[in-house]
Amino acid sequence: MELAGQVLAWFSDPTHWQGADGIPVRVLEHLEASGLAVFVAALLALPVGLVVGHTGRGAFLVSSVANLGRALPSFALLLMLIPIAVDVQLDFSTWPILGAMVLLAIPPMITNAYAGMRAVERELVEAARGMGMSAVQVLVGVELPLALPVLLTGVRLAAVQVVATYTLGAVAGGGGLGRYIYDGFARQDTPRMLAGAALVALLAIATDAAFGVLAHATAPRGLAQPLPGRARQPAADQAG
Amino acid sequence: MARHVSEDPFRGLALPTSANRPAGAPHRAATVAFDHVTKRYGRRDDGPTAVDDLSFFVPAGATCVLVGPSGCGKTTSLKMVNRLIEPTQGRILIDGQDISTQDPTRLRRGIGYVIQQVGLFPHQTIAENVAVVPRLLGWSARRRRDRVEELLRLVGLEPGQHMNRYPADLSGGERQRVGVARALAADPPLLLMDEPFGAVDPIVRARLQDELLRLQRELGKTILFVTHDIDEAIKMGDLVAVMRQGGTLAQFATPAELLTQPASDFVARFVGADRALKRLTLRRVAELPLEPAPIVGLGESMGAVRARSGGRTPRWLLLVDRQRLPVGWVDGSTLPDAAAVDAAAAIRPSPLLGRETTLRDALSLLLDAAVRAGIVVDEAGRPVGLATIDAITALLHEQNDLTDGRDDPDAAPGPPDVTAGPTASGSRDDGDAPRGGRSPRAPRG
Repeated sequence: MELAGQVLAWFSDPTHWQGADGIPVRVLEHLEASGLAVFVAALLALPVGLVVGHTGRGAFLVSSVANLGRALPSFALLLMLIPIAVDVQLDFSTWPILGAMVLLAIPPMITNAYAGMRAVERELVEAARGMGMSAVQVLVGVELPLALPVLLTGVRLAAVQVVATYTLGAVAGGGGLGRYIYDGFARQDTPRMLAGAALVALLAIATDAAFGVLAHATAPRGLAQPLPGRARQPAADQAG
Repeated sequence: MARHVSEDPFRGLALPTSANRPAGAPHRAATVAFDHVTKRYGRRDDGPTAVDDLSFFVPAGATCVLVGPSGCGKTTSLKMVNRLIEPTQGRILIDGQDISTQDPTRLRRGIGYVIQQVGLFPHQTIAENVAVVPRLLGWSARRRRDRVEELLRLVGLEPGQHMNRYPADLSGGERQRVGVARALAADPPLLLMDEPFGAVDPIVRARLQDELLRLQRELGKTILFVTHDIDEAIKMGDLVAVMRQGGTLAQFATPAELLTQPASDFVARFVGADRALKRLTLRRVAELPLEPAPIVGLGESMGAVRARSGGRTPRWLLLVDRQRLPVGWVDGSTLPDAAAVDAAAAIRPSPLLGRETTLRDALSLLLDAAVRAGIVVDEAGRPVGLATIDAITALLHEQNDLTDGRDDPDAAPGPPDVTAGPTASGSRDDGDAPRGGRSPRAPRG
């Protein structure tokens, strides 16, 4: 209980809300860097996931990337990337953590983009083609809108993971909320460390909630209700 | 083996042709020809065939049904017409033009396409769904909107009520109607329908079939229609292509010909043992001699009814309301002259039959309700007469007499136009359903 009081006291100290090491600045740093990582990862992962889902070719690539990405711990990646950044004379407090976060964000986005596309009913795609839509029109007009909810879930997962994991950036001297945890640990300032952890948790929850609102706002309206009668009938004439 | 495309099946069909199309009128219907079309799976030349040397010709304005068991290649054949599948050999011609020389997306925009699961886009409103092809063709928003309203009315949906709803809000039957409206959107001369009514219950299915027949009479499109249901094929088709496993054409004929002269045992088995009954599918209530309906108005006194009918008042009277819509049957013999007939005395009406109802459906409805006669009503639902089981069976016998006896080598050849009574020697054993229980080869009269 004493510790909780100390953490609250840390939060109520006005000096912790000001300056370069103040809460608002750290939260902004954290969001900026996480946002950049998710954005870059989305640019890399979503097109690949969509194309593979659309064509059905390269599913092996998607599952390999996803499994590899899940197997590699971000901390190890960060430590691997730091000497590389030093070698090529990049700011090692910024770039290695960004790289690690991009690699962390890719697997959920690529798998969900792929899964979203595969979940679009084949009959719908064929109906679209049969009515004379070009490949691009089918992708943009039919597959993408229908895959969007699943795809956004992937982005949401990636964003929450990145926000929670970006705390590692402090190890390499980066900013963000990880500073409180890392510095608190180094200075044996437990309230500061716990406050940092609480802030990261809150920010991750807020990110999740924000994406929840976004998903609701962008969900195709016709899909708001569960679709009746969508269960696939055993096709009597699949081959014929 | 080469199959010749016979002209015979089209005899007697009133077909719109390019010759009698008024100049400048939109192209209403196209001809479709399959010219030795083969589709093989796999790369090898001797791979299994999905469609094997298929040749037939569908004249403009005709509905051709492709029917057969699963795996007979009927859907594959359909999808080759809009090039979702490319044939391995042979050509398909629409209006004499080889489709393989045309751009697939342009070709498809000129062909209406309805699929089994309807394929409405769940994220688009009904209006957007119907306007898919017009949008692809670059029609203005206003023209699209007008067309959507026109089409929804055409398929029996109220535009104001449905345009802005989503497919998930609609019943299976309504979605199916929207699917048909969507296929008709750009007024294509050819419609492809792949088991369009496969996903709805039998009652809705029958109604949608009737509506499509009505629409088709109005629009006169060429329709290629795939089903595995021989009853649907007989009901919907001007021409029926029966296919069998391996994708060969077993018979290409009119429904009547299919029922009376199946080309092989396979066709005979596929068509079913109840061919005589199925022939009733080809006839409509409108063809029956109707008995007059003894009508009595709500509130009319029995005395007035008796005076009107000059003493020969039938026992059962058909009570109609002020709009002249049937309310039910009234037993007139129990009512004194002074009594005014009211709705409380009426028992439920026997089945109501439209003039377009097939005799098969009519017979089934009558047998189901265990009544002797059904009330035939006009478009407004007002009774025009009574259709009796006797009248239907009389027609059935008449049909049997017209059938040739070529399945029975010992049957006496009938005269070319038999008009004799029901016991004429040409009558078919398997048609004598009412007597029942007899072996097909039982001694004949």
